[in-house]
Amino acid sequence: MQALTNRAKLVERKPMNLLERLYLPAVFKGMTITFGHMFKKRPTINYPEKKRPFSPVFRGLHILNRDEEGRENCTACGLCAVACPAEAITMEAAERVPGEEQLYHEEKYAAKYEINMLRCIFCGLCEDACPKDAIYLSETFAPADYQRSQFVYKKEELLIPHPIHEPDAYKKALGNRVQRGKVNQ
Amino acid sequence: MGITQILFWFLTVLALASAIVVVTAKSPVYSILALIVTFFSISGHYILMNAQFLAIVNIIVYAGAIMVLFLFVVMLMNLNAASEPSKNRILQFIGLISGGCLFLVILAAFMRSDLANSMVQMNEGNAGLIKNLGKALFNDYVIPFEISSVLFLSAMIGAVLIGKKE
Amino acid sequence: MLIAIDLAMILVKLVLIVIVVMASLLIAMYATYAERKVAAVLQDRRGPNRAGPFGILQPVADGIKLFFKEEIIPNLSSKFLFILGPSMAMLTAIMTSAIVPWGDTIHLFGRDISLQIADVNVGILYVFAVVSMGVYGIMIGSWASNNKYSLMGGLRAASQIISYELAMGITIISLLMVTGTLSLKEMVIQQQQGAWNVFYQPLGFLLFLICAFAECNRTPFDLSEAENELIGGYHTEYSSMKLGFYLFSEYINMFISSVIMSTLFFGGYDVLPFVDESAWGLSQNWMAIIGLAALMIKVVCFLFLFMWVRWTIPRFRYDQLMNLGWRILIPLALLNMLVTGLVVLLKMNHWHF
Repeated sequence: MQALTNRAKLVERKPMNLLERLYLPAVFKGMTITFGHMFKKRPTINYPEKKRPFSPVFRGLHILNRDEEGRENCTACGLCAVACPAEAITMEAAERVPGEEQLYHEEKYAAKYEINMLRCIFCGLCEDACPKDAIYLSETFAPADYQRSQFVYKKEELLIPHPIHEPDAYKKALGNRVQRGKVNQ
Repeated sequence: MGITQILFWFLTVLALASAIVVVTAKSPVYSILALIVTFFSISGHYILMNAQFLAIVNIIVYAGAIMVLFLFVVMLMNLNAASEPSKNRILQFIGLISGGCLFLVILAAFMRSDLANSMVQMNEGNAGLIKNLGKALFNDYVIPFEISSVLFLSAMIGAVLIGKKE
Repeated sequence: MLIAIDLAMILVKLVLIVIVVMASLLIAMYATYAERKVAAVLQDRRGPNRAGPFGILQPVADGIKLFFKEEIIPNLSSKFLFILGPSMAMLTAIMTSAIVPWGDTIHLFGRDISLQIADVNVGILYVFAVVSMGVYGIMIGSWASNNKYSLMGGLRAASQIISYELAMGITIISLLMVTGTLSLKEMVIQQQQGAWNVFYQPLGFLLFLICAFAECNRTPFDLSEAENELIGGYHTEYSSMKLGFYLFSEYINMFISSVIMSTLFFGGYDVLPFVDESAWGLSQNWMAIIGLAALMIKVVCFLFLFMWVRWTIPRFRYDQLMNLGWRILIPLALLNMLVTGLVVLLKMNHWHF
């Protein structure tokens, strides 16, 4: 048979000679290798104290964005649900009534907005599809839970904290995403 | 009664009791364990007679090696009390008679010997110390010693021959 | 007669026994920690570092965990033997420490106290006897578990220990020809005055080391607990502190065999080879403490070697193990014994026959 590469080596199966049967040379060889590893750099980091920075293209849990005054951006247009290849997003639209202007950015808003995190593949297509910069993927993981129903995230869990009432939590949730959002637009 | 005498009686009772258990125990594993206890108490007796080398060798060879093999075989064969073969009455009787005769002879020999009255020789007798034992073996008894070693060698070769395939 | 014993002597020995046993347990405890740390270091990992600074409380946490585990005794097992097994393993592991000379005599409270529990004149043979008893703990426990994997592990352990004991015994014979004494204390004194025994018996040391690995059931000879073949080996059915006893006795065995090897071949509490320590002009007590420290350093080196080998070499196959023991180690040990005997004989005749 023609060899694909010329790196193939025939395995020798000759009986061991006396020195090999003593196993000692091989043992010492192995031991020098493991000893050398004592002085190698350890790739592990002490996780909770030290965290690795996320890559700029990391896609974590979804967040529903608000504008500077704390009004929800989402208009429940349904483009994200259409774009979603895993069909993880469902929503129900509602009309803004007078007096809710400080709550919702536009006249239409999402009364119900759910993402099934077990279906979601974190592809980020919803983020690309959104014309209002209302949804984007943050830098957190979906935490573990005991029940499947807990993985269907409601609107309350997805909404970003209010930028005026809770500015610290808002900044934290926003992360470094603002820049990327702008680049996308 | 000194502490050595207490030890002597303790070891004696232990040896006899465990020896009885060896015979009467239902499970062979228990009888082997009892036999090990017997060997240990006999080793204790050796130490009381200041024969430390003998005591230790008794433990190494009998308790440490031969009894392990016994236990090995018993565990491998998984002998149970139920599967014990029924013994011939006559054979049992003959065994009792011959064993009793052996016991009588040993008893008589010990009664006659001058060791009969000195059961404990702590720190006095020195025949059992390794130096004296070695000198006795290699000076006075060198020929029987070597002959017995040849015997062992032939037994070893026999074992190798049996163990070899074909 | 009964009262005519030196009560102070008994008290001193009792204190010494308690100290030695406690120290053995403590060292074994931290050997488990060291094992995990060494394994981590050799594999570019970090190892336990959560319990206390550098994970120093990890063995305590492990011990507490083992204590609070449920004790399970198999229904069809013999309960007495099931408990006897780990107890015997622990007992035989600790018993060896009785004859080890931990250091020179120290002068305390107006008495000369020897840092050795018992100077038996059959010293090394006592070690041998106790080691050969060590297999019972494993065998009894494995049989009492009423589990075929346990039994296989126990049988493997027994046959392995018996096989390697032979080579070990022959190696010790050649060592005894050099030293001419069985007492460990006298051996150390000889090595203090002359050279360490490892210079006289390099091959003997190597053989002894390999056999010690096998006797401790350590990798590459840990066939009796080969996880991928026998589940857990002889301690498959054990849980809670009874399992802890088995695991612990392995580490005590390791510690004790390191001590024995240091004593037999590396001068015990002798600080440096070819150096007369008495010329340093230190007091008796200081010399004893330095000697003890020297012994402990040697022991730690051996313990590291044990772990280093464990995390380097894969397990032997069973036929390879038996081949190594019977076809290589025993002939080599016999050869070593013959050569040693010849040299000793020539030396006794002042090198001319």
